[in-house]
Amino acid sequence: MPYALCFLLFMIGLYCAVVKKNMVKIVIGIMVMEYAVNLFLIMLGYRTGGEAPIIDKGHLESASTFAKFVSSAVDPLPQALVLTAIVISLGSLALMISICIRTYEKYGTFDITEIRRLRG
Amino acid sequence: MSVPLPVFIAIPLVSAFLLPIFGKKGKAIATVLANLATVSLLVLAVLSIGQSRVYEIGKWSIPLGINLVLDGLSSLLLLAISVVSAAAMLFSARYMEQYTAKAKYLSLFLLMVAGMNGVVLSGDIFNLFVFLEIASIASYALVGFGCEHEELEASFKYMVLGSIASIFILFGIALVYGNTGTLNMAYISKAIQSMSLSEANGSGLNAGLMFALALFIVGFGLKAALVPFHAWLPDAHPSAPAPISAMLSGILIKTLGIYALCRVVFNIFGISVSIGWLLVVLGILSMVAGAFLAIGQWDLKRLMAYSSISQIGYVVLGIGLGGLIIAKGGNLAWASLAILGGLFHLVNHAVYKSLLFLTSGSVQMATGTRQLREMGGLAEKLPVTRATCTIASASIVGIPPFSGFWSKLILVVAAIQAHFYWVAAIIVFVSLCTLIMYLKVQRYVFLGELPENLQQVKENKGTMLVAMIFLACLCVLMGLLLLVPSLKQSILDPAVKVLTDGLLYSANIIGK
Repeated sequence: MPYALCFLLFMIGLYCAVVKKNMVKIVIGIMVMEYAVNLFLIMLGYRTGGEAPIIDKGHLESASTFAKFVSSAVDPLPQALVLTAIVISLGSLALMISICIRTYEKYGTFDITEIRRLRG
Repeated sequence: MSVPLPVFIAIPLVSAFLLPIFGKKGKAIATVLANLATVSLLVLAVLSIGQSRVYEIGKWSIPLGINLVLDGLSSLLLLAISVVSAAAMLFSARYMEQYTAKAKYLSLFLLMVAGMNGVVLSGDIFNLFVFLEIASIASYALVGFGCEHEELEASFKYMVLGSIASIFILFGIALVYGNTGTLNMAYISKAIQSMSLSEANGSGLNAGLMFALALFIVGFGLKAALVPFHAWLPDAHPSAPAPISAMLSGILIKTLGIYALCRVVFNIFGISVSIGWLLVVLGILSMVAGAFLAIGQWDLKRLMAYSSISQIGYVVLGIGLGGLIIAKGGNLAWASLAILGGLFHLVNHAVYKSLLFLTSGSVQMATGTRQLREMGGLAEKLPVTRATCTIASASIVGIPPFSGFWSKLILVVAAIQAHFYWVAAIIVFVSLCTLIMYLKVQRYVFLGELPENLQQVKENKGTMLVAMIFLACLCVLMGLLLLVPSLKQSILDPAVKVLTDGLLYSANIIGK
């Protein structure tokens, strides 16, 4: 169920990016897609009632406590991936917004149907 | 001599961060440093030809750590990237004087090179994504570098489509990680193979992996501007400054699109008949549509951008045809011949298309226009530009001693031997369309009458000419790559073998 909702969020973002005429709304749509993918990555590693994946001495006392730790710890790798992905999307968001601002200075509008000097 | 692999990423990355320090006053120093960086990359790439090895970052063994992999395909692409970037950097030393903020331009340029080198060397699929984003974001900024109306519009269009492509790729990576539990490309491939062994029907991709493969094809197809996904390219490539157009058309779409697609389809998922057909169809669509759209253009750089789409079609067609023959269990010799044609065309196209864009930049700098109707009779005014442009046009059309002829010849021979006669016919037909396209360029730019306002035009000097002549010499000599057996064995054959071996990739990496 959460996966379906996440996919729905992705599709909403895609719809927004493809259909909307306003540049800022397109940027928002792209970011919604980005967040949906990040959410999906986090959910891949999530475990209900899991614990932080940090080994301390208690976990290493015997084989059984270690096995219990392995079976209950959250997968840390997707979290690292999401951190990287967020930084990347921050970079591209900043660039996109700055291009929107420069375009607004030149054309005086955010409407992409009016910004059409390039054809073909 | 074995070059440590991280150097290929470290040199452009470090110099990219150093250059903006020089600011306005140190423009000359910054230019020299940037050129030093690209030339040293070229030397290192030449030194690492024919080697293959795995580098583990921080000595963390795979699959725990991240690895960099140099194999035949990577070193072919590294060579192409460094040749094109060295020439384009040399060209921009003079060409970019007309823009402000040259140091920032050089820094973005080197970031793009670092990203592309990272993409071809990475052995980890998430790392591939990170480097792909470095290269793409630098290229979005470079397309909009002029900050005029058209440039901003093209940059926004490119950025929206490029970001959607990147998100698709990231989604695909997440699905692959969810299904296989690893991000290392060799281990993903191993996991997929063991899954397909355990499944009864033998075509082991489950629904999640099929969806991931579809996302990868759409994502990398958007980056490579294959035909249903090509809308951004004819806007983005002409709007960038000429050396950047040369980089984008010459090498960026190939590294981020074709190379990554080949890696994923051939080495990770394994080629199947349906994917082979899909690549062949995408290739033919791109070839034909790109050629037809190009003939009708009156903007010099826009015409060349459409012709890039058409030429990328050749590359994908060759590789797809080879994959199709392998998947059908046909003769491996013809399959590797088709892939050889595709990859050789990739390298050739990198050289002559970047040369064409550099000559278009030279024409634009001399005349101040890109419209074919406003030019004419420049043959005497711009002799060197004319000569190099003619050589590049002859190569792209496929006139015998020049490079494009050999790769097209191989593609046609492979198609005929594999009994795809209609494919061979289409290849020849699109060549004719290319001939019309470039006759039009020659006719309207260099022949005919010189307009009044262009009487005072002078040939550009210095590094611009050096860069163009360097690439023109390569255009003439590229045929040797195929004809001299030792060069072919050390450069082209290993790259072909990576693709024909397909899933053996994982065994090669893990075994080492």
